[in-house]
Amino acid sequence: MFCGTAIGMASSASVNSTSTIACKIALIAPAGANLGNPMTYLAKPKLHHPSLTQNKVCHNRRDYEGRISSLCAGCGHDSISAAIIQACFEMDVEPHRVAKLSGIGCSSKTPDYFLGNSHGFNTVHGRMPSVLTGANLANRGLLYLGVSGDGDSASIGIGQFAHVMRRGVNMTYIVENNGVYGLTKGQFSATADQGSKSKKGAINTDTPIDMISLALQMGASFVARSFSGDKQQLVPLIKAAIAHQGAAFIDVISPCVTFNNHPGSTKSYDYVREHNEAVNRVDFIPPRAEIVVDYAEGEVVEVEQHDGSVLLLRKAHGAHDVHDRIAAMNYVATHQAKGEVLTGLLYVDDEAVDLHHHLNTIDAPLFSLGVAELCPGPAVLAKINAGLR
Amino acid sequence: MRPTDIGNPDYFHQVVDCQWACPAHTPVPEYIRLIAAGRHDDAYMVNWVSNVFPGILGRTCDRPCEPACRRGRVEENNGEKPEPVAICRLKRVCADHKQDVRARMPKIAARNGFRIACVGAGPSALTVARDLAPLGYQLTIFDADPKAGGFMRTQVPRFRLPEAVIDEETGYVLDLGVEFRSATRIDSLKDLLAQGYDAVFIGSGAPRGRNLDLPGRSEAAANIHLGIDWLASVSFQHIDKIGRRVIVLGGGNTAMDCCRTARRLGGEDVKVIVRSGFAEMKASPWEKEDAQHEGIPILNYLVPKSFEHDQGRLTGMHFEKVRAELDAKGRRTLVPTGEPLLLVECDDVLIAVGQENAFPFIERDIGIEFDEWNMPVVDKVTLQSTLPKVFFGGDAAFGPKNIIWAVAHGHEAAISIDRMLAALDIHQRPAPTVNLLSQKMGIHEWVYDNEVARDERYSVPWAAKELTLKSVKVEVELGFDLATAIKEASRCLNCDVQTVFSREVCIECDACVDICPMDCISFTLNGDEATLRQTLTAPALNLSQSLYVSDLVKTGRVMVKDEDVCLHCGLCAERCPTGAWDMQKFLIEMTHAGTGCGGGHTQRKAA
Repeated sequence: MFCGTAIGMASSASVNSTSTIACKIALIAPAGANLGNPMTYLAKPKLHHPSLTQNKVCHNRRDYEGRISSLCAGCGHDSISAAIIQACFEMDVEPHRVAKLSGIGCSSKTPDYFLGNSHGFNTVHGRMPSVLTGANLANRGLLYLGVSGDGDSASIGIGQFAHVMRRGVNMTYIVENNGVYGLTKGQFSATADQGSKSKKGAINTDTPIDMISLALQMGASFVARSFSGDKQQLVPLIKAAIAHQGAAFIDVISPCVTFNNHPGSTKSYDYVREHNEAVNRVDFIPPRAEIVVDYAEGEVVEVEQHDGSVLLLRKAHGAHDVHDRIAAMNYVATHQAKGEVLTGLLYVDDEAVDLHHHLNTIDAPLFSLGVAELCPGPAVLAKINAGLR
Repeated sequence: MRPTDIGNPDYFHQVVDCQWACPAHTPVPEYIRLIAAGRHDDAYMVNWVSNVFPGILGRTCDRPCEPACRRGRVEENNGEKPEPVAICRLKRVCADHKQDVRARMPKIAARNGFRIACVGAGPSALTVARDLAPLGYQLTIFDADPKAGGFMRTQVPRFRLPEAVIDEETGYVLDLGVEFRSATRIDSLKDLLAQGYDAVFIGSGAPRGRNLDLPGRSEAAANIHLGIDWLASVSFQHIDKIGRRVIVLGGGNTAMDCCRTARRLGGEDVKVIVRSGFAEMKASPWEKEDAQHEGIPILNYLVPKSFEHDQGRLTGMHFEKVRAELDAKGRRTLVPTGEPLLLVECDDVLIAVGQENAFPFIERDIGIEFDEWNMPVVDKVTLQSTLPKVFFGGDAAFGPKNIIWAVAHGHEAAISIDRMLAALDIHQRPAPTVNLLSQKMGIHEWVYDNEVARDERYSVPWAAKELTLKSVKVEVELGFDLATAIKEASRCLNCDVQTVFSREVCIECDACVDICPMDCISFTLNGDEATLRQTLTAPALNLSQSLYVSDLVKTGRVMVKDEDVCLHCGLCAERCPTGAWDMQKFLIEMTHAGTGCGGGHTQRKAA
């Protein structure tokens, strides 16, 4: 059993409890607030489809669920949670080997709604990246899921976001991007497009921050964009990001059904569907699995990742080279100028290395080192001192 | 696939598996909810309108609803033993706990001048009378027995069905101004027709027990009895004991009644012996269990060969051991094992190897055609014979079935008679009344209880064996107490509360797909049914269950819902931001005589 002694990690050692502690802030909507169609009163029945199968670690897909969502009915974030559940089930992830971290906001509530048997941490607003970095340094043996929103990552947490990407922390960082502050009733966020219209009719005059460009700029080694309403694209991208041994970033456009799903919005279900330009479709092939997909020549690019997994990219959109970071930045900027929402895998460094590699740390998780390793005694100290003379 | 036509009453009706499987189409979930709400009078009347004998059926029904019940399917791979809701025994709860319902019985209209005769006072004829008498028809029921009820009274033993229940429920019908001529056997249909009845309904049952003509049958006749005759004699208290060692031949429900009755009349060593395998027996599984519970062994793969006797006194029977094999055409046959014959000693034998129809009272020259099996030619829908004013129903129409089928025949025959006497085409059947009503009360509040209980099926308590085996009159099953009844009722999934989809307002946010606990819902490109069934979120492999397919949604896909294991929990509707899903209660009221028929308003024209 995993012992959750990593710095800042949930202290519960139980694999069966969701250990969401620390600064969980109660967010209470003011009386009479129009928060759409919030939470259900019923727990989701435990009964499942009779044909549901188990994966290699003896879990069925439902075992990867969390508590029932208290987000508005129809929220894109819930679809992303479902995609994470699907991806973790298909990848035979052991729930007790996952740490899910988030900040504050609608998106940051979602780790409660998936992987109910994994470790969790709600940080101070915008500070998830540094807590994740610390946890990762202390225990490199876990799979790190950072889940955040456009407010948490592009406004209050933009500094932290930049540095976690710069450092190449091995993680999957998902931004559930809806362009509004949903929890405070729909003000424009930093990713809202210039000229887009709020539910109340105001026009956004500020320049948007493009998370993809920022991640590319800062050195993320896996960069993709997807849409909450397209699980066929999203699930393989999450799987590929999980398999990626470096800083993987996925910007998921996730419509806010209550405050940003109206005509004039550029993050509504209808707008994204109309303007979605899929660069490619990814098929994720796990390590050592046989590639049986049959494609015409020239149609598919194979990308092998460090762990041996293979990404099959079916190109749908010109000749974009996913290995070229500069080209990716130009490509994204060009299409953004045309008002298109470019989705798919935009950049991957298949030779990526992570923070632990940069720091040359040992393979064993640091938290597992005992007194003997950390304090090797005066003889060793003397030797080191001698080496410095 | 083409979009599903939910305007067709059959579509949602089939989703309510129990109601669809019931020959009388009793609205099961509706009365189960009423029981859970403690509204026993209402639950009883919902039943009574549909099946006429709730108290009797709640103890004896063959329960075609239960194997059909969705609960059994959704519990597969979700627990130890998947079991349907105890629908039948819940029905008994409302009969047991209701107050006086006589004030709720139909008012009788003024006589319309038509006279109708019923031959036999069993469930089918009583149903005809129940449906027609309130409309003003003058009903006369003839029966050879002193009391009404037919098979329900003569063959179902009292430890399964107390006399008081039969008296009460046959009484509700006879109290509708029906004339009951008890102990009056009809010996000639020609004579009956000559009495000027406007229609005659024949519900004379399948009154003849099949015999087994083996060596020794006539010599030992004193101790060999035909099951149904013997049960009737016990019922009317002409017989009150049997030998110590009893063999019951046959594997149907009558055999089960025979062995359990014999056990109570002095049979200490009672055995049921069947030709084929235990699994192939015709008896309902629960009736086999009840017999075994009373210490009655069931021996299988034994073919009776002869009755052994000593100077006219039965001493035992010889049986040949067989095994089942498949022949070249894949048919199952019984092949002797070659072992020596098995002698089973006994004092009495009860033969319960089947029942036959017999119509000695129907002259063959009055215009009623009979087929090669000597059964009357009867229209399957109208139940009319080849003599237009004569109708058949119950076991008399198509051979032995059960009470609930007899009731269903009775309703249909009553419609035919009502229409015929109103000079309407009886082949045109009036359509049922359908009502689809949204159950939404608040954002997450529904009129029905949408929480899905995880309870496993509750079993009905039994009276102590020491008590029940002493007398044929002590009822074995005690019925659910109210607390258990409510728990069992909560296992019902409310399948009549339908998931209704409006594609016009769907924004394809996937919320319903994500929340559905049973993976019933998919948004996908359309295809033929076989392909769709394989490619949905979860494969839809139960071909007896429909796919609910929408017209194209905005992205050009279709919504496909597999009805098979839907919990009707309403979470799809709760999570839907636009109300594209709604939970709507589907109530279908089968037409009975009087609505859409002659309406009983037709008056007989003066001659």
